[in-house]
Amino acid sequence: MFDFNSYHKAKSVDEAIALLSQNPEAIPLAGGTDVLVRLHGHNKNYRHLVDIHDVAELKKVTMESDGTIVIGSGMTFTGLAHSPVVCENIPVLNEGGSSIGGPQVRNVATVGGNICNGAPSGDSASPLLVLNATVELKGPDGIRRLPLYDFYQGPGQVDRKAGEIMTCLRVAADDYRGWSAHYYKYAMRGAMDIATIGCGAACKVVDGKIAGLRLGFVVAGPTPLRCWRTEEKTIGMQADEELIDIVKNSVLGDLRPRDSWRAAKDFREQIIKTLAERVLREAIKRNIRNTEME
Amino acid sequence: MIRTISCTVNSKPVSWQIDVRMSLSEVLRTNGFTSVKEGCGVGECGACAVLLDGIAVDSCLYLAIWADGCNIRTSEGESKGGTLSEVQQAYLDNGSVQCGFCTPGLVMSSTEFVEKHRGEKVTRDQIRKEHAGHICRCTGYESIIRAVEQCMKPYEKGK
Amino acid sequence: MVVGTSVQRVDGVAKVTGKARYTDDFTMPGMRVAKYLRSTIAHGRVSSIDTSQAKALPGVDGVFTFEDVPKRIYATAGHPYSLDPHHMDITDRYLLTDHVRYMGDEIAIVVAVSDLIATKALSLIDVEYEPYQPLVEAKDALAKDAVEIHKGTGNVVKAHSFVAGGDLDAVRKECDQLLEGQYKTQIVQHCHLENHTAYAYMDDLERIVIVSSTQIPHIARRIVAEALEIDTGLIRVIKPTIGGGFGNKQDVILEPMVAFLTKKLDGIPVRLKLDREEGMVGTRVRHPFDVKVQIGLDQEGTVKLIHFDALSNTGAYASHGHSIVSAGAAKTHYMYPRAVYSCTAKTIYSNIPAAGAMRAYGSPQMTFAIECAMEEAARTLGMDSAEFRLRNGARAGDKSQITKKPIMTCGLLDSIKKGKDLIGWDKKRALWPKEQTGEVRNGLGVAIFSYGSGTYPVCVEPASARLILNQDGSAHLQVGATEIGQGSDTAFAQMAAESLGFSFSKIHVVSCQDTDVTPFDTGSYASRQTYVTGQAVMRTAEQLKAKILHHASIISGLEATLITISGDNIVISESPEIVVMSVQDVAIDAYYNKERGGQITAEATYKARNNPHVFGCTFVDLSVDIPLCRVKINEIYNIHDSGIIINPLMAEGQVHGGMAMGIGAALFEELMVDPDSGKIYNNNLLDYKVPTIMDIPDLGAAFVEPNEPTHPYGSKSLGEPPIISPAPAIRNAILDATGVAINELPMSPKTIFKYFKNAGLI
Repeated sequence: MFDFNSYHKAKSVDEAIALLSQNPEAIPLAGGTDVLVRLHGHNKNYRHLVDIHDVAELKKVTMESDGTIVIGSGMTFTGLAHSPVVCENIPVLNEGGSSIGGPQVRNVATVGGNICNGAPSGDSASPLLVLNATVELKGPDGIRRLPLYDFYQGPGQVDRKAGEIMTCLRVAADDYRGWSAHYYKYAMRGAMDIATIGCGAACKVVDGKIAGLRLGFVVAGPTPLRCWRTEEKTIGMQADEELIDIVKNSVLGDLRPRDSWRAAKDFREQIIKTLAERVLREAIKRNIRNTEME
Repeated sequence: MIRTISCTVNSKPVSWQIDVRMSLSEVLRTNGFTSVKEGCGVGECGACAVLLDGIAVDSCLYLAIWADGCNIRTSEGESKGGTLSEVQQAYLDNGSVQCGFCTPGLVMSSTEFVEKHRGEKVTRDQIRKEHAGHICRCTGYESIIRAVEQCMKPYEKGK
Repeated sequence: MVVGTSVQRVDGVAKVTGKARYTDDFTMPGMRVAKYLRSTIAHGRVSSIDTSQAKALPGVDGVFTFEDVPKRIYATAGHPYSLDPHHMDITDRYLLTDHVRYMGDEIAIVVAVSDLIATKALSLIDVEYEPYQPLVEAKDALAKDAVEIHKGTGNVVKAHSFVAGGDLDAVRKECDQLLEGQYKTQIVQHCHLENHTAYAYMDDLERIVIVSSTQIPHIARRIVAEALEIDTGLIRVIKPTIGGGFGNKQDVILEPMVAFLTKKLDGIPVRLKLDREEGMVGTRVRHPFDVKVQIGLDQEGTVKLIHFDALSNTGAYASHGHSIVSAGAAKTHYMYPRAVYSCTAKTIYSNIPAAGAMRAYGSPQMTFAIECAMEEAARTLGMDSAEFRLRNGARAGDKSQITKKPIMTCGLLDSIKKGKDLIGWDKKRALWPKEQTGEVRNGLGVAIFSYGSGTYPVCVEPASARLILNQDGSAHLQVGATEIGQGSDTAFAQMAAESLGFSFSKIHVVSCQDTDVTPFDTGSYASRQTYVTGQAVMRTAEQLKAKILHHASIISGLEATLITISGDNIVISESPEIVVMSVQDVAIDAYYNKERGGQITAEATYKARNNPHVFGCTFVDLSVDIPLCRVKINEIYNIHDSGIIINPLMAEGQVHGGMAMGIGAALFEELMVDPDSGKIYNNNLLDYKVPTIMDIPDLGAAFVEPNEPTHPYGSKSLGEPPIISPAPAIRNAILDATGVAINELPMSPKTIFKYFKNAGLI
């Protein structure tokens, strides 16, 4: 039996917000694949739960008239993999999502949970970062939006305020139209694993030149990180091997990998450099191919 | 924290009083569905996998209350009237069973796979990806892949 | 013929439908839950413990500490009892301890009505420790001023040495080349899918019934008797279906405790079930080895000597530690039996989880060292790796340097030839470029192994079986040997059917062992059951057949020598198409004729006094992605000489499973210890990297089948051997691809990175 003291089931976002406001210590429970693991035995931080598992309004992906893609936080990774909007427009999200756990986990784990648990290794984080995603939260004081990058505050820490529910992640049309992206998860096993390093790259090549480039890494710092300085450096450069070389040699300056029992810093750095090169090369290849096809 | 859930298990409607703190695996096992095995309790091994409305979930990491109104399938229910399902038979034909502890869970993932991809030509890579949520320590997986291939073969297009 | 065919396994239907019942699938009214309080430090003493609050918690039936358990030290290794006082297992355990020897050591236990209450009660126990410096590595444990983990041992469990086949120094002088290498293997955990679990109750005021997931019910019974000072006859151990063991359940871990608890609590049923996290530290692991190997060669490339110096770390308790190195050494020496074989070894205590038996029992570690060293030898001589092994590997007629007995059957060279063909060795060698320069490079590797079929002459090898003829002409087969997934019950049924002339479906194996009922057998370990127990089954079958024929002769008036059993009928031996009567007719008459007969049963017990050697090899083709420090296996084959194969499909399954475990140990798995605190970092299935289906490539298995004369069906062992040779073969292929010799396991990306960096490859 899981060990908790109180349980409240919400049927709507507003009900969830009300329940969270009434129970300030309560934790939202969505897919359960992170939260329930922590409930074997007494866990003082997880005594009270607000169950948002069955809140239907969180479980959809839509495209607004301006092309903005709105990803409900309660979408499971399997749901995302089956979403035509995601598959056609931002397939990189599924490259990340499909690398999470195994099929049974992806059938229940939600994208909102993967982000809100604040793990430095969240596999959906890197694709969402390179898509410049925005987080939308709804709370007692209404709705607020902020860039995903700013939502992360530290290991296991996100900017979700008391009473708030993450309702969706938003990706603007300008952030995916004309862009191509790739995500690669480097882990010790081919499934059921935490990334040792995860690398996402998105790019937009116009006339052979970099019109935009974004790199997002997980497990390369206390939170998922973008490589701002490297990205800036590349704007306007020829999309060639020299560029890839520059990126490869520059990304470490943007990142903060560390030693842990899971992997040593120098090993992580080797993987970061190799992935930066290979993932970017693939993203560029895809972009050139996509552009030609259009 | 007692609630009542009503669901269908292996085609039979049931109504159970449960503690809201119970996992689906606990509830199923308590009610006699002991094909549902516990190998880790935290969704890392897949021994407790059942089909919930046709989709495999690790029942150890799933609140029983979430199964209210759902259709649940476990390995016990896959054999009907003393006849094994095609997946169960394929597991025997291919030597995919050793200690048998991971088997009921894997049988359910294979069942989902075979039903979902019927008529398609699938690759070993696809079979691997969609069985990756299960740990088997006995077989090395080779015979499990062969069992799934056996199930898919008669339904490949053009055959 | 039933033997030699892939009949469907006897427990197959029960397992695919989930109807097979394992220990946790049985429950009893009023059953309580027990939970250990485990130490939070790796080394020290409990200076005070206060259980009063836990005892006062409603729903708690009892809290017991090291102060409450019998002052009786016992051994847990699942060996048969030894009459030789010098060959006894090491007694170094109490049921609970105040002397903490690893992080997770058992100092108290709670019994309560539910898991939640038991867990809550554990949190209410106050413990204070007097901590000592954790001794994690050999250098710490063997330091002059190191605290003794077990009094009077100097932290050495056992040291031994032997030289077989000649004078080491003399042969050394004769050698043209002496090569040396040092190799390290890691801590591996079995990770059987079913965790350790057991429950016990009393069925009267004296007798204790224990239901346990064990490989060794009869041994468990003796050890519980020893640990609790209770007569053996008052203990009954029942083994239901078990979800894998791989040696970890060849140790008596929970049974004495559940017996103790039920006895203390007036016989109420008490279940003790470890969760995955505690099981991975609180049961057993594989011994990590550090091995120095010296190989002596002559100019022609003949191996003249193999000497190794091994250090084995058994952790907190001896368990099987005193016998692992010597068993590993003895069983590996058949690979190259014409060389002088010499070993010095030391097994030490340390403050890490206790190591015990695991599939192939010391051989994977030893073989990794030897087969890495042999690869260096072949390469130094400029010889082809497979050719070098063909030249030096065992042949039938070679004598064991240790037992002085000849190797009766040996398919090693045939298996190497078969492996070369399967992987396309010569073709790839000819086609592949000599020097590779890209980021991804290909390599071919080979390694060989040898193993035994049981433990004789080190241990007694007893087995027993009973057959009962049923009214319908079928027979029930009872064995004390244990089906643990490997398929032994099916092999026994095949051999019984074959010997009796019954069809396979007429043999019903009683798969559940119950020491009150099933005849004595020491259980499942050392790949002994088909070879040893199989012979007890056959002898029993022969007896039953003689009794059936005797009764048929009485009924029919035909001389018993003229008739036999075939296809479930009594037939004329010379003209089997002539059916005299059915076996069922004989059974019915024997059971119910008022004037003659009686129940027809047979029982035989057998002690094996042979231990035939098995051989084989792994061939692998792989690619190494140098910048990503990652290995991808393209093709891999294990080829085995296990004598005549009783059930090809199940034999192939054993090989696949062993290969996957071997690949796991080669590339993925390692239980990681913090050298400062002795804490295990990754005792769960997420962080301990058991390979998933994504990580295991397509597997190939093949057999060569010499007919072993000491077994009636020509069979030898198979269960453990497939795990032995994949790791060195993979290592040798990585060397082939990159020129980098990786001398430690696992060859995970992290390890590979270290070596590639040192080699300047990245």
